[in-house]
Amino acid sequence: MTLLGARMLSKDFGGLHAVRNVDIDVPEGQIRALIGPNGAGKTTLIGLICGRLAPTSGTVRFADQDISHLPAHRRIRLGIAYTFQITSIFDRLTLHENVALAVRRLGGDPATEVPAALDRVGLLQHQRRLAGDLSYGHQRLLEIAMGLAQKPRLLILDEPTQGLSDSEIDAFKALIRDLKSETTILLIEHNMSVVMETADIITVLNFGEVLAEGTPSAIRANPDVQAAYLGTG
Amino acid sequence: MTETQKSLALHFGLLALLFALQFILPAYHHGNLSRIMVLATYAIGYNLLFGYTGLLSLGHAMFFAAGMYGMGLMIRHLGFTPAPALLIGVLAGLALSAAVGALALRTTGVAFMIVTLMFAQAGYLIILYFGEWTRGDEGFVIQQVQRSLWGIDLSDPTARYFAAWMLFSACLALSLWLIRHPFGRTLIAIRENESRAQMLGYDVFRHKLGAVVLSGTISAAAGAAYALLFGYAGASFATVQYSILPLLWVLLGGAGTLIGPFLGTLFTFYLIDIASAFTTAYMLVVGIVLVALTLFARQGIGGEIRARLWNWLP
Repeated sequence: MTLLGARMLSKDFGGLHAVRNVDIDVPEGQIRALIGPNGAGKTTLIGLICGRLAPTSGTVRFADQDISHLPAHRRIRLGIAYTFQITSIFDRLTLHENVALAVRRLGGDPATEVPAALDRVGLLQHQRRLAGDLSYGHQRLLEIAMGLAQKPRLLILDEPTQGLSDSEIDAFKALIRDLKSETTILLIEHNMSVVMETADIITVLNFGEVLAEGTPSAIRANPDVQAAYLGTG
Repeated sequence: MTETQKSLALHFGLLALLFALQFILPAYHHGNLSRIMVLATYAIGYNLLFGYTGLLSLGHAMFFAAGMYGMGLMIRHLGFTPAPALLIGVLAGLALSAAVGALALRTTGVAFMIVTLMFAQAGYLIILYFGEWTRGDEGFVIQQVQRSLWGIDLSDPTARYFAAWMLFSACLALSLWLIRHPFGRTLIAIRENESRAQMLGYDVFRHKLGAVVLSGTISAAAGAAYALLFGYAGASFATVQYSILPLLWVLLGGAGTLIGPFLGTLFTFYLIDIASAFTTAYMLVVGIVLVALTLFARQGIGGEIRARLWNWLP
């Protein structure tokens, strides 16, 4: 079943066509990666899907419902969780309170669910610290924990491994594979090893348009993608 | 002791201390403290919006005045007794803050400050325009016979102190409860990072509107109580000065701390009181102290206590 479907989605900023006539369908349970050069329109596309930006034209459907005209917070309430490309957490609140804010919105019990979410990203021992005191990589992980705590049907991760160490990236890959049974994931990522090892299907954007879509091996072999993004080396 | 117990002990300890002080304070300070408790209630209302939600309003005098005139006009022109008049004063603040909030919250930041300032100016001019009923700048006195609540004469210093203490206690307890409640937690989250709060699925506009209404209603309750307890309503309470004062009290006392509004109001009141005994330029002294606090204790008294001594201070 298709969980997320966008049709002819476009966004112009003045004369710039940041996203142009994009169709995308993500079935339930899939891990979908969105790749492309800088400025290809990946973050803009995600912004249109979760309602942070209003599209110039086109529609977005989520779980058999047209969500094109819903404000962002209502889309989140339908079961979309979003992690920001530039880390966005509550710096002056504790890790526990950061995740508790996600848990409480769903009416959950912070006392049990917060430690569980923090444990999955390996931050449980820091839960009483202020989020702003964490290293950048740990703040990225905290964002993911806030995403997980929302028990989303669709988890959108915008460059989650940026700033993580190699060992943290390995742990992240394992976490993503582990989540496959629970949720659908839309992943923007520049780290090719993460993309190739975790994604079921990859969508390549270039100049705001879909350049190619397919399995990791098909994308790797695609000459257009090699020319535009992956390089031939 | 857990942090919750410490916080409850501190705030209820303060209330107990204030209750006990009425038996030992000399008449002059007794009267001052009644006034400070009512004004601190106003500051508590202001702090909910400024300190906990992060919205800086420059128009809170309109809510204070809405309570004051909503109550006072009922007594003066319609012969109401204090209890229903107080209720009308509070409801006037609630209705006004809901209407102003719904409009002003379409803006953010500096524009929000200016829009609230303009609404308050409009409120002040309305009071002057209807001078036939409000007596404008001159204001009107609420007579002693009109200030008897359930047989208690509120012009009596002891009754007045107790009434002010009740109001202050109720609003302090309410805000203590609120910031532990999910609604208050969400307000803090909006203050800290609005877009993140929105992307966790919170309706930011409705939460902010709720904060404006709560803040405006508490401010109106303080305004209504002030007129009733001290027997006077006047347009000077609707001027921009009365919008700036709660900001000053909260900044000095510590924005975003529960005890800050009281500390700031107490401090400013006695600063002016003591300085004016020495010089007519007492506002100069207040200005210098404000500059010094901004330079050396940017988080206000309560904020510095939290940063240096008690990190559990809510």
